[in-house]
Amino acid sequence: METLMDGLLSNVDWLEIGWASWDTLVMVGLSLLFSVLIGLPLGILLFLTAKRQLLEQPLVYGIVSFIVNVLRSVPFIILLIVMIPVTVMLIGTSLGVAGAIPPLVAGGAPFFARLVETSLREVDRGIIEATQAMGAGIRQIITGALLPEALPGIIAAITVTAITLVSYAAMSGVVGGGGLGDLAIRFGYQRFQTDVMVITVALLVVFVQLLQMVGDRLVLYFSRR
Amino acid sequence: MIEFDQVQKSYQVDKRAIPALHATSMTINSGEVFGIVGHSGAGKSTLVRLINLLERPTGGRIIIDNENITDYTSTQLRDFRRKVGMIFQHFNLLSSKTVADNIAFPMKLAGIYSRADIRERVSELLARVGLSEHADKYPSQLSGGQKQRVGIARALACRPTILLCDEATSALDPQTTQSVLRLLADLNRELGLTIVLITHEMDVVRRVCDRVAVMDAGRVVEMGAVSDVFLHPQHPTTRDFVFESENIDREEMQQDMQHAQGRILRLTFRGEATFKPLLGKVARESGVDFSILSGRIDHIKDTPYGQLTLSLIGGDLALAMTAFQAADVDVEVVR
Repeated sequence: METLMDGLLSNVDWLEIGWASWDTLVMVGLSLLFSVLIGLPLGILLFLTAKRQLLEQPLVYGIVSFIVNVLRSVPFIILLIVMIPVTVMLIGTSLGVAGAIPPLVAGGAPFFARLVETSLREVDRGIIEATQAMGAGIRQIITGALLPEALPGIIAAITVTAITLVSYAAMSGVVGGGGLGDLAIRFGYQRFQTDVMVITVALLVVFVQLLQMVGDRLVLYFSRR
Repeated sequence: MIEFDQVQKSYQVDKRAIPALHATSMTINSGEVFGIVGHSGAGKSTLVRLINLLERPTGGRIIIDNENITDYTSTQLRDFRRKVGMIFQHFNLLSSKTVADNIAFPMKLAGIYSRADIRERVSELLARVGLSEHADKYPSQLSGGQKQRVGIARALACRPTILLCDEATSALDPQTTQSVLRLLADLNRELGLTIVLITHEMDVVRRVCDRVAVMDAGRVVEMGAVSDVFLHPQHPTTRDFVFESENIDREEMQQDMQHAQGRILRLTFRGEATFKPLLGKVARESGVDFSILSGRIDHIKDTPYGQLTLSLIGGDLALAMTAFQAADVDVEVVR
């Protein structure tokens, strides 16, 4: 059995795989964190300033919406390259785990913002009206009614964003980012080590499955409808 | 007291002003149950939302307890809104909060109550609406009637003086409607709460309201004490509502009357007169024969009333009519 495994997976350096998995985890974790921190307020802003909403502001909505659309319409592989100078300016290098995070956030935050906007729109208008009628200000409406009511939708949005970031993180291997994608490209693709490719793909699949499972559980837990 | 002084509201649609409420002046007295009845789109939803300024008037003044609320700053408005409770057709409870947390919500928003105050008030309100054992449930686990009771408890949390009801019973079955209306009537009596209630069902008005305004196409077309408006409707819209609530088919009634002979009178009895054995007495004394074409005995709020449509043949008709009038019965000659 052991010799068979050695034969089949002769090129696989498990320590390397371990480190690459860890790097992917760090890239996805940190970029998800920043995507949520930036995307959530952005999503709330989009929701509030949209037509017929609480703070209707066509100009603000138009500008923010345009930026979000631009970032979302650029294919991520291009965004990775376009972002290189910005990344160098921000953290000194465009390489490795750290260098991958700015483009990941640039791709993840607008994506998440749109999902937040959509899930806030799902909240029954009547609930907002009732909260207004109780004398709530705009901040209280957001924190007391909108966010708690949209929580299951927002958790689902975080899950989808996390999964998107896993694939984006793998892509960043092309321009010198770290992690499983880097491994797959350098060993699996450029050195024709099919076994390394298979292992990295399998690990990515497992990772995505786990994220989806945890996300679904959380959504279910917070749904009271 | 709620006073509307030439209040109007129009919406901008494609750069044209579409009127939702034409200039309206009226007064709703403190402690009364005031009904606003109208078909959907008649403007009653707009009217009730003007009272807590969920809708801003495009003209006129709204004066509540001698203060012009249209002049309020946003802080004043938020304080004012705490004194005006509101309940809704679809309840609008927060699905993410328990029953107790929903009721506590307006108090938490106010930020002036201690935790102990809130806990005490919530359990008091839960008991008042009969939901003490459901405190920790979520709205999705309750029936429609229970949800509306939570809505009522929530609306009362900050001890308002005015309660606005936006089609509060329209999504409920007849039995539940009755129990919710009874609760509203009790609250009106016990707390001296002014209740403004909008509905498209005249029956709701008949059961709980003291006065009523009938709306049609953005105007108040008839207003007065419920017994007057209900028993002697003037405007065609009002008549439609009254007939509808009494399940009267107008065409059928017309046909029935063609078959009837002699004079046709509609008699309206109110209060004590409803229970007096009057018909037989009048028939004997005046010598008229009568047949009953239609009839109904019911209550308007707490007052019993009866309404009979009779055809009278022979005898001394004038004597009969004077006898009815002498007994405090309203007589209307239909034909």
